Amino acid sequence: MNRIELTRNPLIKGALKNRYPQLALFVAMLVGYLFAILAGLISTPVGNQNFSIVFVWIAWWAILILVAVPFFGRGWCAVCPIPLPGEWLQRGATLDPPHRKPGWANLRWPKFLRNIWLQNISFLLLALFSTLVLTSPKLTSVILAAMLFVALGLSMLFERRSFCRYLCPVGGFVGIYSQTAPIELRVKDKRVCATCEGKPCYNGSASGYGCPWDVFPPGLSKNTECGLCLECLRTCPHDNIAVNLRPFSADLARPSARLDEAFKAFIMLGSAMIYAGILLGPWGAVKDAAYHVGTGTWYLYAGAFLAVIFVILPVPFAFCAFGSGNRHPFKKRFSTLSTALIPLGLSFWAAFSLSFVLSNGAYVLASVSDPLGLGWNVFGTANIAWFPVLTSLLAPAQTLALVGGLVWSAHTARNAAGEVHVSPIPAILYCLAATLVMLWLLL
Amino acid sequence: MKRRELVTRVLIAVAVVFAVGTPLYFWLRTPLIHAKIAENGGWSPDVLLARPGEPLHLRLTSDDVVHSFAVGKTDMQSVDVLPGKVTDVTLTFDKPGTYTFYCTRWCGLNHWRMRGTIQVGDPASTVAAGAAPTAGKVDVPLYVTLGLDIDSPHDSPLVPGVRPSAADGEELAADSSVSKFIDPDFYRTHSPYQAWRELRNTSSYSGLSDQQIWNLVAFIWRSNTTAEELASGRKRFAQNCAACHGENGAGHGVFADQLTAAGQASMKTMAGAKDMRRQTPANFADAKRMLGASPALLQGKILRGGMGTGMPSWGPIFTQDQSWDLVAFLYSFPFLYQE
Repeated sequence: MNRIELTRNPLIKGALKNRYPQLALFVAMLVGYLFAILAGLISTPVGNQNFSIVFVWIAWWAILILVAVPFFGRGWCAVCPIPLPGEWLQRGATLDPPHRKPGWANLRWPKFLRNIWLQNISFLLLALFSTLVLTSPKLTSVILAAMLFVALGLSMLFERRSFCRYLCPVGGFVGIYSQTAPIELRVKDKRVCATCEGKPCYNGSASGYGCPWDVFPPGLSKNTECGLCLECLRTCPHDNIAVNLRPFSADLARPSARLDEAFKAFIMLGSAMIYAGILLGPWGAVKDAAYHVGTGTWYLYAGAFLAVIFVILPVPFAFCAFGSGNRHPFKKRFSTLSTALIPLGLSFWAAFSLSFVLSNGAYVLASVSDPLGLGWNVFGTANIAWFPVLTSLLAPAQTLALVGGLVWSAHTARNAAGEVHVSPIPAILYCLAATLVMLWLLL
Repeated sequence: MKRRELVTRVLIAVAVVFAVGTPLYFWLRTPLIHAKIAENGGWSPDVLLARPGEPLHLRLTSDDVVHSFAVGKTDMQSVDVLPGKVTDVTLTFDKPGTYTFYCTRWCGLNHWRMRGTIQVGDPASTVAAGAAPTAGKVDVPLYVTLGLDIDSPHDSPLVPGVRPSAADGEELAADSSVSKFIDPDFYRTHSPYQAWRELRNTSSYSGLSDQQIWNLVAFIWRSNTTAEELASGRKRFAQNCAACHGENGAGHGVFADQLTAAGQASMKTMAGAKDMRRQTPANFADAKRMLGASPALLQGKILRGGMGTGMPSWGPIFTQDQSWDLVAFLYSFPFLYQE
């Protein structure tokens, strides 16, 4: 397939291989992350004026879902500061590997947890409490700090980045959606790897660490588990690692057949629809139920939330995977066909995020001028009153995103259905129905 | 350890200390006064210290809804305190004493509970500011001097058939002298009913009907105040009283209705939550209640508050003049002052 190897350019390659540019970005992100935690704790509890809420749930989320994931795949993971402190301690170094081995437990991650079910659960937990988390700076800070500490703790116990790979609530969906991105890291020639001694890309060497994501780079065929940390680019003694530009959604041509990933697709699809309904919809009672965590109505809401994701969405989809006399097991057909929901879910999230980003984006201006709520006016924008941005473009942009997502998912469904020899028509109709519901919810 | 690893670690440590230290440093150096609805704590801190003649700089912020900050018994204009924003206020107190600051926005059902004190210490005094605020000259309210029991019923035994009109009374007054009634000492110490009875028993008014005498009383009551005082009273009523007593004074302010509906504790009577009847704030349009109450009695109720209801005490907030203006305005509910 047509690829452009970015690392062919010596400047790009040099910048990617060198540790300092990445480290500088990492540290800048860590500074921002710690600042956001503190701002959430000490600045105003008023959500739309607090730096942590505005920068995490509005600015970061917008960049993640509208730019980073669609165009750079796991690009965010490549600069995310959460694993940093743990990784530094684990490695005993911030730059090149030291001569001695680190003295931490360095355990292997349990085999039965080598999937993204824990990530599905951690995302669902956040999703169920999201109305509180999205509006409470203190809770946001607690969650940000907790992620930092859990990642640190896991780095001390287990080898590599087990938090990122198996627990991070964001990492799971970024992983499956990164298959659509026009960027990838792959080996250039697998024959070179076959004869490579010591496999330093996985085991590490003096010039770099073994894959922090516990991936064997020569086996990479999709983006899901590659965190773009670029260690293999540094360790490969044969210059056999490339970062490529490629067509969008290239990985979806070879559909995954994992149930955990299939359910991640349902979780993302379902939560985008539920959020569109409760955060943007006119149903005050439902919104109220979502806010009042712990009350009877909240349990009803949580039950309904889980029912949508685990029953209402997957059961009709299961019928799309039926086919008598098919030699592929049902589980494989179901999981493979659910690949079609990846572009669909991404477009749902893009459409939903456009709505709240354009309506809440203006808060960034006030927050950046007075990030600690102390009455500062650093950039002269502290007292700018809230205003919605580009609202006239919202409905057309959302429609475009949803229709584009539908076409993309139909194309993916046709491909996936072919892989497991079922008709793509029911899956395409399913995507159409879901898109119509989302259009109704948003517009 | 290699030199560049060491340098990198130092740089990272500096960046982390910067990320954590900078916000903490500025946060600790910038004490803010936080406003929250009374149910969540009101003002924090709610006791402020100051010295006479020295400017007191305050930085206020709201942690929830829009509040407003004002200091009682001063001529300070109230300032809005917006959620997540900081409002700067500078106050200077000439005299030592304890001042009450309060919220003037109807921020929540217990809005009136949002109060705090500024203790202005006397530098000449050996007592530290705040420990024992120097009491200035205390104005003893008139109801105390008169020995009025403001908690006992004061209904007027008689009420007019129609709302007494000051304009109609003015026409009658042209023919008959009422000047002895237009006197603060008489006005403040008598209820309209007492004035009516006195007029009724005066032979020179024997030709007037009961309603005409009520009209005369309305005129007398209006004559004991001025348009400016009524305007001042109206403003204070709208700001502080209408939330419960209603804009038309009928006792059905937005909070009163909500509190009654919710059976809220703040308006519970001393007889307990079941006694819902008394939870309704006073109806100033009720002639029986108003025509039996003297200005001194109404002023007492305003200044002291209580009465076994949720009525706040306004003594620390209104000056004597302001409270008299408010009382004068209250009589515009039973009386018709403007046609």
